[in-house]
Amino acid sequence: METPTSRSIPAEDALDSESPSRTSPPAIETKDLCLSYDEAPALRDVSLSVPERQVTALIGPSGCGKSTLLRCFNRMNDLIPGVRVTGQCRVGGQDILGDGVDVIGLRKQVGMVFQRSNPFPMSIRANMAYGLKLQGLRNRVEQDRIVEESLRAAALWDEVKDRLDRNALELSGGQQQRLCIARAIAIRPRILLMDEPASALDPITTMRIEELILELRRDYTIVIVTHNMQQAARISDRTAFLYLGEVVEFDRTSRIFTHPRDQRTEDYVTGRFG
Amino acid sequence: MGLRRGHRARPGEWIIEKLIQAVGLSTIGLMVLILVFVGREALPVLMGRINTALVQPILPSKEIDSIPRDDLRSYLELSRSQFEGMDREMLMAMMEAREEGFRDIPESFRADPDSTVNTADWRQLLLPRQWTGYTRPEFVWQPVGTIHKYNLVPLLVGSLKVTLVGLLFAVPLSLGAALYVSQLAPVRVREWVKPTIELLAGIPSVVLGVFCLLVLSGLLQSLFGYQFRLNALVAGIGLGLTAVPLIFTIAEDSFTGVPRGYVQASLALGASPWQAAWQVVLPSAMPGVVAAMILGFGRCLGETMVVLMASGNASMLSWSLFDSTRSMTATIAAEMAEAVSGGGHYRMLFLLGTLLFAISFVTHLIGGRIVRRLRRRLGGVA
Repeated sequence: METPTSRSIPAEDALDSESPSRTSPPAIETKDLCLSYDEAPALRDVSLSVPERQVTALIGPSGCGKSTLLRCFNRMNDLIPGVRVTGQCRVGGQDILGDGVDVIGLRKQVGMVFQRSNPFPMSIRANMAYGLKLQGLRNRVEQDRIVEESLRAAALWDEVKDRLDRNALELSGGQQQRLCIARAIAIRPRILLMDEPASALDPITTMRIEELILELRRDYTIVIVTHNMQQAARISDRTAFLYLGEVVEFDRTSRIFTHPRDQRTEDYVTGRFG
Repeated sequence: MGLRRGHRARPGEWIIEKLIQAVGLSTIGLMVLILVFVGREALPVLMGRINTALVQPILPSKEIDSIPRDDLRSYLELSRSQFEGMDREMLMAMMEAREEGFRDIPESFRADPDSTVNTADWRQLLLPRQWTGYTRPEFVWQPVGTIHKYNLVPLLVGSLKVTLVGLLFAVPLSLGAALYVSQLAPVRVREWVKPTIELLAGIPSVVLGVFCLLVLSGLLQSLFGYQFRLNALVAGIGLGLTAVPLIFTIAEDSFTGVPRGYVQASLALGASPWQAAWQVVLPSAMPGVVAAMILGFGRCLGETMVVLMASGNASMLSWSLFDSTRSMTATIAAEMAEAVSGGGHYRMLFLLGTLLFAISFVTHLIGGRIVRRLRRRLGGVA
């Protein structure tokens, strides 16, 4: 197999001068991150740094480890028995891989939106207030304020403001997914992880979610896994191409899609495999 | 049309389908038959057609010709066909036997005002009565002796009391265990805890009864220091033990059936596994939990052997957990063998059976409604 020439490129090197995050430290930084499921390696020596307040897309063929990598950032892989992680992963400068790490605190900073929308079978309001209650916010007025703010941010407020006490499962698929995004941002995370958030939705709904992501980009660092290359091209600032558990190339999105340095990246983004 | 052709092309499947259908329907048929059998024996009591008074009115046999035939038939407690098949001689003999039986009752008994009371009347079944020798009106079940007293209230209260204790013991225990096993336990722990609890279901209730009788009763007595060693508390805990595996299994299934996405979403919002289990999994699995509790109720109400052995079997009316208690099921089991077939006592025991059925039926009906409502509130999932 050909040696990867540009497996890990520090994000700063390739930044535009007009980019606002030029000076700020990376939101997420991994170094030689390796992960295996029951001895089967899923990630090999992943080193990349995700810049703050930008959209970073992880692309690659199925099984390349992009979701696994995403789930490292909020330690969701802990749920899977037999996972072994080595290397470093820092969120906001703090190492998050050790045993003594406050995982619950980490997850309050790193929100997540899943591939299948998963609102709880409760009222819309209860869904939105769930994370707030976990943080000990009991004041109803304050809760309602944040619920409205988050639903507005997720462009869902106008559609649901009259039925906040109806069951969230009565919403359409796209509304449910936007509710999940609203629920995730209600607890004010710094980073939002999205695992193929639009893959189960129709094109028009997908477009709305993408618009929403571009809106949220101003306040949140977003890492999105997608197998839709057009989507990555449309919404992300940076793109990492993963293949067989390795980061083959990580660069500005425009560059990845126009002048990839690695042959495999080119083959993938031009649709020759994947 | 295409479907019909398909059927004909697969006669094997058609036969199997009909067979399964027949098996399913026969189960329902069997249930109905049991109900009819039990209900039929209790029907005379329910319709007030039975008189269990010790001293019955006597029609003199000399006046046989002046008595209307229908009155005579009901006086001799004969069915229409039996009555038609008898000639005057036989009827006469039966009337004389009645007179003789009346004469055999000692004078002292005849003087007792209780002797003319129809103890199978609904007032005697449900209301207290001050029987001769009692200082105040009481609910008495005492189907032996001169006057058979059939008040159902002590048995009803006894059954409900032990059932409630059983549920109070079993529900928290089994729900907690189910939540732990399905959500919190490491895989290795789950692998041996689940089968172990389910193994409890395989223990014969008579063995549990012996355990309650010999071990638990003494243990609890030394712990609480109450007077009667065998009482509602001991029996209730024994019942709880029989219900634990049932409630556990159903609850565990419904907890496991909660979509993983709910748990993941909850954890991703910063919940601890315990918070996710308690605040998301439990509410989402509520229909299953309620169903499990209803089945547990039925199990406790219907369980016989444990109560028979561990409750002390005193048919007194008391709400105290530390008094000896008798349940409806234990009463049927203990007394059916000595009740005269077709007699008042016999019918009374069938009435208890019918009552048990009715309570179970109503509970399931209400429970089913609650489950449906919960499901609707959860938006059709689970």
